[in-house]
Order: sequence, then C-alpha cells, then structure tokens
Amino acid sequence: MMIYENIRLALFSLKANKMRALLTMLGIIIGIAAVIAIMTLGNAITSSVEDSMSSMGVTNVRVRVQQREEEEESMNGMHFGTDEDGRKMVETDYISSEMVQQFCDVYGSDIQAISAEEAVGQGEIESGSRRSGVSVEGVSLGYFRVNSIKIQKGGYFSAKEMDEGQMVAMVAVDVVDDIFGGDMDAAVGGTIQVALDNKYYNFIVSGVYEEDDGNSMSMSSYAALFGGGSSTSCYIPIKTAQRLNHSSGYTQFTVMANADVDPDEFSIRIENFFNNLYRNNQYFEVSAMSMSAMVDVMAEMMNTVTVAIAFIGSIALIVGGIGVMNIMLVSITERTREIGTRKAMGAPNSSIRIQFIIESIVICIVGGIIGIILGCAVGVAAASYAGVSASPSVDSIFISLGFSMAIGVFFGYYPANKAAKLNPIDALRYE
Amino acid sequence: MGKAVIELKDIYKRFYVGTPNELEVLKGISLEVQEGEFVAIVGASGSGKSTLMNIIGALDRPTEGEYVLDGVDVIAAKDFELSKIRNRKIGFVFQTYNLIAKTDAIRNVEMPMLYAGTPRGERIKKAKELLTLVGMEERMRHLPEELSGGQKQRVAIARAMANDPAIILADEPTGALDSVTGRMVMDLFHKLHKEEGKTIVLITHSPELAEETQRIVTIKDGKIIGEREGQG
Repeated sequence: MMIYENIRLALFSLKANKMRALLTMLGIIIGIAAVIAIMTLGNAITSSVEDSMSSMGVTNVRVRVQQREEEEESMNGMHFGTDEDGRKMVETDYISSEMVQQFCDVYGSDIQAISAEEAVGQGEIESGSRRSGVSVEGVSLGYFRVNSIKIQKGGYFSAKEMDEGQMVAMVAVDVVDDIFGGDMDAAVGGTIQVALDNKYYNFIVSGVYEEDDGNSMSMSSYAALFGGGSSTSCYIPIKTAQRLNHSSGYTQFTVMANADVDPDEFSIRIENFFNNLYRNNQYFEVSAMSMSAMVDVMAEMMNTVTVAIAFIGSIALIVGGIGVMNIMLVSITERTREIGTRKAMGAPNSSIRIQFIIESIVICIVGGIIGIILGCAVGVAAASYAGVSASPSVDSIFISLGFSMAIGVFFGYYPANKAAKLNPIDALRYE
Repeated sequence: MGKAVIELKDIYKRFYVGTPNELEVLKGISLEVQEGEFVAIVGASGSGKSTLMNIIGALDRPTEGEYVLDGVDVIAAKDFELSKIRNRKIGFVFQTYNLIAKTDAIRNVEMPMLYAGTPRGERIKKAKELLTLVGMEERMRHLPEELSGGQKQRVAIARAMANDPAIILADEPTGALDSVTGRMVMDLFHKLHKEEGKTIVLITHSPELAEETQRIVTIKDGKIIGEREGQG
C-alpha cells in the first residue's frame, strides 16, 4: 500500500518537473540505450556471420601459408589476401601442386573437394562499345563445389582444360546480359576479350553460372563487401591464373572434409602434414583453420567489442546515477517542509527513506525504459542498415531494467537517508 | 472534569548544554490538560511557547522533567515510538497549513492514516467524513494550490483529526488568515470542541483569541506566570 502510494507520488513529482526529470534521466537513457543498441547490433552481426560461415560449410578447413612469426596477426582469421611483408615469398615457399597431390593421396578418403583460388585482378570484358567489370579469379574445380556455384548454361571446366591451363572462362549471368545481350546460346562457346593490366586476353566461355543469392558468402562477395567493388567474378582454371601471375603454387586453399570427419581435429592433421613438408623452411609455415574455429574467433571478437561498449555504457550509467543523486538532494532540500510535515504526522524515518528511494528508483526505471526503447530502435535500425536482421535480446532488456533499479537504490540511498534523518522541528521551520 | 490527557511536570529545556552559550528556554513548567478541555497557551515571541509546543507535540524531548500523554510516557519512548505517538495521539494544525503540494485534499487527509496502516477503503471513507465535517466536501479533489487560505486550514484541521488523536495541537492556526476567515477557523475549533468533544491546545500570541477558550495559560521567560479561566 505504502509502495503504491510512493510510486504514485514519485510519478507526480516527475510530471511536475518534466524538464528537470528528463535532464536527470539523460545519463541513464544514454547509458542504457548505448548498451542495448550495441548488444542488439552485436548479436545480429554475430549470428549473421555465424550463419553465413556455416552455410559456407562447417566441414571446411582453410589452409594458408603464413610467415613464421611471433605476432598473432594470423589469429584474426580475416586474412584473405597475400600481403606478407618481410621476406618476399619465393617459388619454394608456395604450396606446390605436388604437395596438394601428395596430400590428396594420404587423406583422399577424408576429403570431398579442394578449393583453391588465385586472384588475377580486376579486369574488364570488352566487346565493341560494351564493357563489363569483372574480377578474374583462377579456381580449382573443387571451388564450385565448396562455394555451391551452380551452372545455368554450358558446363564446368573439363579436367583437360584444368590440367593444361587453357584460356577458358566461366562468367556470371549479368556478363551475358552486358556483352551478349542476354543470349545464353551465343555466350557459351563464344569468345570474350578481357582487359587485364592493359593487356588483352581472349577466353572461350565454357559456362554461365548462377549468381549466388547472397545467402552464402563466397570469397568474391567478401571482396565486394570489403573492397567496395561491385563486379562479379570471372572464373578461369587455376593453372591459367598461375601462368598469368607467373606463379606455380598456392598461398591458400580450402579443404572440404567429409561430413563424418571432425573439422577441428582434421585441421590439426592438415597442419601437421604440411608443416612436415615445410620443416626446412625457416620463414614460412602452413596454418589450417576450420570454419567453426573461424566462427569462434569471430564471435570472440564481437564479444570483446560488446564488452568494451558495455563498459563505456556503464560509465555513462554511473555519471547518470550521480546526476540522479544530485537531483534527489535538490528535491529533498526543496521538500524539507513536506518531510517535516510527514514526520509530524507520524511518518517513521524508514517511511521517509523508502519514499525517496522509491522516487529515485522510479526516475531510473523510467529513464531505463526510455533508454531500452531508444536502444532497441537504434540497434534494429543500424542492423537493418548493415543488412542483417536483428531482434533485441530479452535478456539484455531485463538486465538493463535490473541495472537501472540498482542504480536508483545505490544513488538514492544517501539522499533518502539524509531526508530520513532530518530533525522534524528544523524541517517544519525550513523556509 | 475527566482524566488528564496531558501531564507535564517540571519540564526544563536547555540548548547548547555544556557550552558557554547554554540557553535555558523552559524553566520548570508543570501543566495538566483534562480530556475535552480547550486550552490556550499565550506568550510573546521568545517566551518559550514554541519550545513547549514542540515538547507537547512529541517533536522534541525535554532536557528534564516528566511528560505523560494520554497514559503514555513520552520521555521513555524511543524515536520510532515518538513517531507512533505523533501519529495516533496528536493532530497538528500549523500556521502555514503545511499541506503536501500537488496532492489533493482527500489524499492529504488520508496521509496520517497511511502511516497508521489503515486499509484503503476505510481511509477514504474517514477522509470523506472529515472533509464533510469541516465543510470541504465540494473540494475533496482540489489541490492545495487551488484552495484559499481558509480552505487549506480547514483541510489541515480535517487531517489533524484523521486518527482520532487525543489532542489537537494548533500553533497560531489563524496567524496567516484575514479576520473573517480566521473567525471561521476559530468557529470550526469551537464546533469540534463542543460537538465532537475534542481536546484542543491552542498556541497563540493573540489575547482576543485566547479569551474564547476555557482556560488561558500565560508563559513568559520559560515559566507559567498565570492561569485563568476564559470565556469559552
């Protein structure tokens, strides 16, 4: 009964001083909103990344050559390029086709496919006045399997084309639209002229692949995401790409393990296998990381960011709490006569204390609720801007409410206690 | 007359005890107020009447002396017991009304009953009765800032009677009112005294108002210097 009366009183005094209440609550609102927004966005990004990574295949293991080094640069797993500084990679540092062959001989029964790629660069397909930007990528046959790339017309490269590194290419549907006016029949078997580094190369189109629906994030869509390019990929046999690049080995490839193989354990075996071959190389080594390990690394990164933002948010909450304490002290000074009157009417100290603690809690919870609404709105809006779907986590809402209440109690106690201990005679006479 | 409601014996009150500016405000006051009596305590400012009122109202403790209020030893009471005594036994009426701002008349009257733990239904019923008694039944939902001085004081009197206290302690209740509304408030006290049989202690500096009561106690320099019957 008393609690209900006190909440009613507290809401009245909030209503009576709207501007002041809002300014007081601002710290709490900002703190809670920041935490909720970041948690909402963070959860959305984490789950979206996890989804797309596992749709790329949970059984995938990514193998790459890296410099032997103390720094944990390679740990971040987001390393898709070959930007080794220090000693330049030389011929013998690459994973050779023979090594891959050897690997297949030993672990063939555990492997579904091997996907390797060799980026040649951004190019332009030209046909008269028609142009279409593409990124030219040399790939192994396993690449199509691992990245679930489907053929719309024509076919994949043949084994002979692969082995001999012939000048053949697979293009996306929109290239057909741009260059062949949408005529699939003319495209397959047709010739395209690709400008690469001011040189022109002719490729025969062996097939047209379906654009991925964005659900599975292939390497090229990552490249589009991070590199800002909007071009589609033009695939050529990896041997062809190596010849154009004057290289003969791989810096990285993806192994698609059989479903019954534990990818984490398999990645260790792969690493051991290749590092045995690399034991005499004092500059480079091979690292293998399963997709699930990469997802873990990713989730851990997101966690770190979330914790950091939550920490900043809690600083805002503490500052907000001090604001609440300040305004409670002001409020108590203003209402000294009221406190005196209540005491004269027989209110025990405990009732006065509870009254003001509840008022402080109400300020904090109202601020908290506004903050939660604001945070959810900002979080969902930011997530949809980033192209991921987000729903605010119920946990974080309840934690925030609990937290605002705790702030109300913590920062309301001192002023409330001060009010409770006022001498009724002095309080009644206070002008 | 019936039994004594207020029994004060040899009350002393000193401030700043043990320091060079020690100040003795009350110097041995003994006073009895009978049940159903209407008593006025008069004195100039600085005479000690406010200090005496604080002690009678259980807001302050005397330095020395005995005080029994309606059979309860106030001197021996702990702080929370003093709160209870104020709540149940005393109804305060202040010169400045002291209604709780932004809280309507009926809730102001309910307030002492809230601290007494009276159930909601009973509280509202009693508050309505009391507001009707003081002639404020039309303005129960008005906020204090919407009421005139006389109306506020009538609400305050209704509030003072909320827990059926043993005494109503009125400190200059007409001090902030004009003579017409002051008259109405005094008439209300007379009505409560005669019709409800309330014990009323009126603290005032006005000899005319004091004359209306049954007994006039005059204080000067912390001592009772005279007691005589009034016209009431």
